[in-house]
Parts: sequence; C-alpha cells; structure tokens
Amino acid sequence: MTDTTTKSAGFWAWFWDLANPTRFLGIANWLIPVLATITFILLGIGLYLGFSAPQDYQQGATVQIMFIHVPASWTAMMCYSVMSISALGTLVWRHPLADVSIRAAAPLGAAFTFLALITGSLWGKPMWGTWWVWDARLTSVLILFIIYMGLIALARAIEEPTAAARSLAIITLIGFINIPIIKFSVDWWNTLHQPASVSRLAKPAMDAVFLYPLLTMALAYTTLFFTLHLMAMRNEIFRRRIRSMRMSAARKFENQPVGKRN
Amino acid sequence: MISLLLRDMKLAFRVGGGALTGILFFLVVVTIVPFAVGPDLNLLSKIGPAILWIAALLASLLGLDRLFQQDREDGSLDVIIIQPRSITAIVFIKCLSHWLANGLPLIIATPIFGLFMNMEPLAIGAVLVTLLIGTPAITFIGAVGAAVTVSLPRGGLLLAVLILPLVIPVLIFGVSASYGAIQDPAPFTSPFLILCALTLFFSVLGPITAGWMLSQSTD
Repeated sequence: MTDTTTKSAGFWAWFWDLANPTRFLGIANWLIPVLATITFILLGIGLYLGFSAPQDYQQGATVQIMFIHVPASWTAMMCYSVMSISALGTLVWRHPLADVSIRAAAPLGAAFTFLALITGSLWGKPMWGTWWVWDARLTSVLILFIIYMGLIALARAIEEPTAAARSLAIITLIGFINIPIIKFSVDWWNTLHQPASVSRLAKPAMDAVFLYPLLTMALAYTTLFFTLHLMAMRNEIFRRRIRSMRMSAARKFENQPVGKRN
Repeated sequence: MISLLLRDMKLAFRVGGGALTGILFFLVVVTIVPFAVGPDLNLLSKIGPAILWIAALLASLLGLDRLFQQDREDGSLDVIIIQPRSITAIVFIKCLSHWLANGLPLIIATPIFGLFMNMEPLAIGAVLVTLLIGTPAITFIGAVGAAVTVSLPRGGLLLAVLILPLVIPVLIFGVSASYGAIQDPAPFTSPFLILCALTLFFSVLGPITAGWMLSQSTD
C-alpha cells in the first residue's frame, strides 16, 4: 500500500504555512508587540549612548547626527533587499504573501531614505558647507528614493492587487542594481561623502565609543523596520479582505430581485 | 517579422501615429533653453551636447507609451502575443520599428538643432553618433516599462518614472562621450564603448523581460 498522506516539506514547512494569511495574522498578532517592545528598549539604549558619546574633536556635537543618519541609510538599503527577496518570492516561488510584503515595505523604505537624505543634508551643511552635492553616494541614494516612489505609484495605479504582483516584482528586481552602486559608490568614485568605515574587510575604523551606539541604533532601526513592516502587511491583508467583502456584498445586492432590495 | 515591422512603421506615420510629434517636442525643448539661460552663444555651445541629449531623452520617454498601448486598444496585442513565434523576437521587432519611427527622426533633426545651439560641426557629429547608439537603448529599456504600464491610464508618466534609473547611465555615458570628442583631455572612446555595451546589453534584456511581462499579463 502506498502512503497517500502528503509528505511535509520538512524544514521549509513553516515558510509555506505562512502563506496562509490567517496563520500569518495569528503570528503577527503576538510578534508585533514583542518586536515593538524590543524596538523601544533598543532605541532608548541607543539614544542614551548616542547622546552621552563624547564630542568629536573635529565635528563637535554634530557627530551625533551620525547615530540617526547612518542607520537610516542602512535600513533603507536593507528594506530594498527585503523587497527584492519578496520579489523573488513572487516570481519564482509564487508565495502569496510576497506581494503583500513588497507593497507594505515600499512606503517604509521611502520614509527611511527620505530620513537619510534630510539628516545627511543637515549634517552636510556644518561639515562640508553645503546642503547638497552631486557626488556618487548622494545621487545614487536620491535615485533609490525615486525608485521607491515609482514603486509606490505603480502599486497604487493597479486596482486589482494580484494583477500588480508581477509588475511590482519585476520593477523591484530591475531596480536592485542600484544597491551595490550605493554601497560601492564611495570606493568607485571620488566622492565628498566619506568612505566605508564600518562594513569593511578590515576592522571598523571607528572608535568603540562611537561604534557601540551606532550598532545599537542600527539594531533598533532594524527591529523598528520589521515591526512596521509586519504591521503594514497586516493592514494590507485586512484591506484586501475588506475589498473582497465589498465586492461580494455588491454582487449579492445585484443578484437580488429588484423588489427585495432595500 | 518584416511585415510586423512595416505595419508598425506605417501606423506610426499615419494620422494617429504621433511619430512626428516627437520631433516637435524635441524642437520645443531646444527652443525653450535659450529663453531660460539667455542667448549667450558661448554658453549655448558649451551646454549644447547636454541639452540635445536631455531633449532627445525626454522626447523618447514621452513616446514610449505608444509602444504597446495602441495595439492593446484595438485588440491586436493579444493576437500578436499568441503567435507561435518567440515573444522576445516580436518585442524586439516592435522596439526596432518604434525606434525607426520615433528615434531616427530625432537623430536626423539633430544637426539643425545643433546649429540652434551654436555647436561646432565636431560636437554635432559626436552628439549625432552617441544619439544614434544611445536612443535604441532607451527604447529597449522602455519596452519593459511599457509592458508593465500598458493597461494603466496615464501610464506614460509612470513609465518615465519607472525606467528613469536605468536610463540615467545611458545619458551619462552619451553626454560624456559627446564632451570627450570636443574637449581635449576627456576621453571619447571609453564612454562611447560603454554606451555601445549598454545598448547591446539592453537589446537582449529589454525584449526578454518585456516579452515575459506581456505573456504573463491577463489584460
């Protein structure tokens, strides 16, 4: 007798369990408060460490903008990477929630990129004497912002959610070429923006008293992103459910004989 | 294939085609520039290659939504897609015909507009050659955007926004090669060869991606 029960997918079973929106919502409902608490704690520690860090001998107190600016730009790039992985999930594995993930992450990524651009500009004025310069790093981050806004516009332009999935995924993957350009722009071109001091092959070039607040804030921004991302995915699932309920209510109304409609 | 090419070109030059509107837009942009920056001929000749490239880029971007939308409106896009031929080849031919109808007139008009910008013959020639190589790249990249936005109202604007990040390198190397031909220390060959490489690269990637998108879309 052959065994007709379905074999479980082994390790990846949890990945496909999550494809069920109700199960995802169940997990999100307890995971979001946990992540939010961790985020608040990490933000508290990071901000305290950041503001108690000594003033830089060259930059003075403005060095503390680094603790807000640098994690914001790291998070903006990480968000795009999350969107690209979700795009692969849509195109390659047809995961139902991958499309929800892209839609939810795009406004968040745009917000973090905007934050990075604004705080960087505020830092640049006392540092370099200019609000803006068209060097490789700043220009490519601005391009990233444009890509995010284009993706948001595309997501809003197509009314039927599942029809937009393929288009969003393709454009997200096409735009991913910008991420290595941003990362290596300070190595490949002569830029005003400083070169990499943390994620290099050698040891980070920063002193511990600045490095630890920076890494704490980076971790805080990461948990913040995932908290907001899960919340946005939950909202998107609810939005789609409301949409289907509206459409089925309209259908029911239409199908009733004219005299019985109220 | 040839019949598809000829059909598209005939359609483009007919009344509703809009191929010649691209040249008009090119002319309008080039005309506006001296109003904005002043009629100083030296300044105009210095920024001439850049302005010509920007105007050609904008004119190309605005014409791209015609790539698939007209066919979709009268239903012939579906007929074209279900052909037994490879969809990549079909999209390639459509891009080629689109460039011949929209891009080539821009290039033919470039020398006249170069004279408007008081450019020397060598500069005009450099812009001509770089536009000749670079505008097909814009069309091939635009095919992907056109395939994504084919069923959207006002898809043309969204298309321009979506493909802008990919079109920027074409603009950078096109202008860089143009200036390299007229300014002594700047190189011409390297940016020009990179421009050729971009066109060849997108001539493969564009039709494959656009063809796949079209065959997946249910609209």
